[in-house]
Amino acid sequence: MQTAGCVDARLPIHSDMDLVWVRQHVRQTAAQLGFGLVEQTKLVTAASELARNTLVHGGGGEVEATVLRNGHAPGLRLAFIDEGPGIADLERALSDGYTSGDGLGMGLGGARRLVHEFAVDSSPGNGTTVTVTSWTVRPPRYREEA
Amino acid sequence: MTHAHTGPPWGSVPVLRLGDVLLVTLQGDLHDSTAEQLQQDISETIASSSTTGVVIDLSGVEMVDSFLGRVLAEIAAKAGLLAAQTVVAGMRPAVAITLVELGLTLPGLRTALSTEDALGLLAGEASPYRPRGTRRESP
Repeated sequence: MQTAGCVDARLPIHSDMDLVWVRQHVRQTAAQLGFGLVEQTKLVTAASELARNTLVHGGGGEVEATVLRNGHAPGLRLAFIDEGPGIADLERALSDGYTSGDGLGMGLGGARRLVHEFAVDSSPGNGTTVTVTSWTVRPPRYREEA
Repeated sequence: MTHAHTGPPWGSVPVLRLGDVLLVTLQGDLHDSTAEQLQQDISETIASSSTTGVVIDLSGVEMVDSFLGRVLAEIAAKAGLLAAQTVVAGMRPAVAITLVELGLTLPGLRTALSTEDALGLLAGEASPYRPRGTRRESP
């Protein structure tokens, strides 16, 4: 079975109502894949933070959900895509306490701690794509310390 | 005072009055706008009544992100300025684990494991001037 690279769902992010749908979709999919309760909660929370960033800072966009079955265990990849102003200082945006909105500044850096893999593709004027992946079984630690 | 608020379809959170305490039960997946409206409703209710305590029951909540965390902290801060104590009750273990990893320990929030404990906590503080001897039962 190979489904890598095939997007399973595409959800719009244009209102706080959409945030609710995104959270529900992620929880349902994660539960079906066999994520434990704590990992489900972490992934849903990360999705909520990132979807809100897409809405508030990116001016709206969408999330692509991809089920991964080509790894050592099933996984879920979420890509949050917007065409907003982009992130000028990524280092700073990822640091705790930094906020350009009225949040607590935990969104991006906090979301990174809740998932197994995290990548940001952004430059000023070209929008932002944040991609996160978690696996039902945590990959060995040494991968993260590269 | 007029309310021009047009709420979302499932936009209300039950707020119960138990004597001097407001019991707020959050359920399921909360809308951002619902959470903000709740914050305002609680402040207004405290100000217009003799509320001395607020208990927020989170046992039905599957996820608290930084937005909802901020709302909870602000409810507690506003209640505090209006002379009411806030206790967050019944947070699920998975939610607590996630909040800490997210970076939110919410140090200003008082917590209890259940609504009952929270009410007990508030009742214990509500009458600091009660006569000695009624506080502890000796066997």
